[in-house]
Amino acid sequence: MVPLWAYLLLSGFLFIVGVVGVATRRNALIIFMAIELMLNAVNLTFVAFSRFLHSLDGQVFVFFVMTVAAAEVAVGLAIIIALFRNAETVYVDEIHLLKG
Amino acid sequence: MEWVLFLTFALLAGAAAVAMVLQRNPVYSALCLIITFFAQAGLYILLHAQLIAFVHIIVYAGAIMVLFLFVIMLLDLRPEELPPMQFRRAPVLLGLVLAGALLAELALGIGPRIILGPRGPHDVETLRILGNTQEVGRILFREYLIPFELTSVILLSAMVGALVLAKRRSE
Amino acid sequence: MGFLVATLFKIFIAVGLILLAVAYLTWLERKVIGDIQVRFGPSRVGPFGLLQPIADGIKLMFKEDILPANADRLIFFLAPAVSFIPALVVFAVIPFGPSFVITDVNVGLLYVFAVASLGVYGIVLAGWASNSKYALLGGLRSAAQMVSYELGLGLSVLGVVMMTGTLSLVDIVEAQNGTWFGILPRWNVFPQFLGFVIFLISSNAELNRAPFDLPEAETELVAGFHTEYSSMKFALFFMAEYANMIAASAIATTLFLGGWQGPLLPPVIWFSLKVFGFLFLFIWLRATLPRFRYDQLMGFGWKVLLPLALANVMFTAAAILILA
Repeated sequence: MVPLWAYLLLSGFLFIVGVVGVATRRNALIIFMAIELMLNAVNLTFVAFSRFLHSLDGQVFVFFVMTVAAAEVAVGLAIIIALFRNAETVYVDEIHLLKG
Repeated sequence: MEWVLFLTFALLAGAAAVAMVLQRNPVYSALCLIITFFAQAGLYILLHAQLIAFVHIIVYAGAIMVLFLFVIMLLDLRPEELPPMQFRRAPVLLGLVLAGALLAELALGIGPRIILGPRGPHDVETLRILGNTQEVGRILFREYLIPFELTSVILLSAMVGALVLAKRRSE
Repeated sequence: MGFLVATLFKIFIAVGLILLAVAYLTWLERKVIGDIQVRFGPSRVGPFGLLQPIADGIKLMFKEDILPANADRLIFFLAPAVSFIPALVVFAVIPFGPSFVITDVNVGLLYVFAVASLGVYGIVLAGWASNSKYALLGGLRSAAQMVSYELGLGLSVLGVVMMTGTLSLVDIVEAQNGTWFGILPRWNVFPQFLGFVIFLISSNAELNRAPFDLPEAETELVAGFHTEYSSMKFALFFMAEYANMIAASAIATTLFLGGWQGPLLPPVIWFSLKVFGFLFLFIWLRATLPRFRYDQLMGFGWKVLLPLALANVMFTAAAILILA
C-alpha cells in the first residue's frame, strides 16, 4: 500500500508549484489557475488523511473546498473580465493605477 | 501495482502542474491544469474515494476549466511575449517556506494521531459494505448540515456578484 | 486474467456494435429526413442506399487533410480525438442486458456525467485552434450552451436517483422491474415525467443538434466549430455527434424506460428497440423544429428548464417523504 507520506509529498509539491505560479506569473488568469492548483493540493491531503484515518470528514471538507472554489472562480473571472474592459489587459503588472 | 499507478498519476500531476506554470500560452496552461486534475482524480480512486473523484472531474474539468477556456477565448489572449518566469529568489523561497510550514504543521498536529490512533469507523471494508456515497451523504447532511446550508449562501452571493461585476452597465 | 480477457472481449463487441450503429444512424437520419421532406434520401449506392455509409467513409478517408494557416497544430490535431473518445467511453457503464455491461461502477451515473462533461472540450478547442472567426464563435457558443444545459441535465436525473437510492446504472434498471397497479410497467418515466422531458430537452441541447445546433448554425457560421476541418478529422467530429446521440438515448432508456426490461423478447432486443425510439425522436425533432435564437436558447435554459428541474427535485423529495 502506498504510504501517507507519498501523498503528502506530492500534494506539498503541487502546492509549491502553485505558490511559484502565483508569485512569478503576470497573467491574471494563470495566477488564478495556480490558486486552483493550491486548493487542489489541499484537497488531496484531505482525501489522503481521510483514507488513512478511516474517517470521512476529510471527504466532506473536499466538498466545501470545491463549492468555495466554484464560487471563487465565478467572481474572479467576472473581475478579470471587468478589469479587461477597463484596462484592456490581464497582466497584473500593468494594472497598477487606482484610476481607471 | 498500486505503486505503479500511484507513481504514474503522481508524475503526470506534477509534470503537468509544472508545465502549467511554465507555459506562455494560456490555453496550453489551462490544458495542463486539466491533465493535473485528471491525474488527481486517478489518485482519489486509488484512495477509495470514488464519489470525490467523479465529482472532482465534473466540477473542475467539466465546469471550472471550461469557464477558464471560455474567458481566455473571449478575451482572445495570445501567448505572452516576455519570458514567463522572472526568477526572483524571494517568491520561490517564500513558497518553499510556506509549504514546509504547512507540512510541519500537519506532521506535528496530526502525525501522532496517525501513528497512535484513534481511527474513525470508516475503513475500506466498512465502506465497501455501507457504500462510500451513502456514508459521505449521511455525514454531509447530518453532522455538517449547517455548513452545508451556508455554502448555498456562498454560491448565491457568488452568482449575484458575478452578474453585477460582469454585466455591462446599460445607460 | 480471465476477467481481463472477458472485459476486453466485451469492449471489442461494444465498440464494434457502436461504430456500426453510428454508420447506419447517418443513413437512417438521411432516409427519415428525406421521407419527412418528401424526397428519397440516399438511394443509389446499394439497395435502399444501404451501402451509402461505407461509400461516405471511403470518400472521407481519401479527402485532402487541410491544416489552416496559423492554426495551432497540436490542438488542431487533438480536438477531434478529444471530442470522439468521451463519446465512446460513456458506454463502459451502460447495461445493454442483464449480464452484458462492461463494468458496473457503484457511481456509474456520476461517471456518465463526468465523461459527458468532457465532450465540450473537443468543440471549444477545435474552435480555438482553427484560427478562424466562424470556428471561434461556434466554440464560444457551444461552451456557454453546454455548461448552461448541463445544469438542467444533472438536476433532471436527481429525481430518479432519489427514488431508487443508488447511482449504479445496473441497480437503477433493476429497481424498475415490475408493474405499477398491475398494468403500467414500473418505469421511472411515469412518476418522473417532468424530469424525463427536461432530460430529453437538455440532452438534445448537449448534443448540439437542431433546434439547439447554434455551435454549427450553417446559415450564419458556415459550419461553426468544424468549418476548417476536412477528411477524417471532420469524420471524427461527425461520428462523435452520432455516438453521443446513441449514448444519450441509451442513458435515457436506462434511467427512465427501464433499460433492458420488457416481456417476451430478449433483453438486448428490448434495449435496442427503446434506444431506436429515442434516436428516431431526435431525428424527428431535427426535421421539425427551427433553430433557436441565441438569447432564446440561454433564456430557455436558465429561466425555464433550471427552475422546472429544481421544482421537480423539491416535489420528488416531498412525495418520497409523504409516501414513506
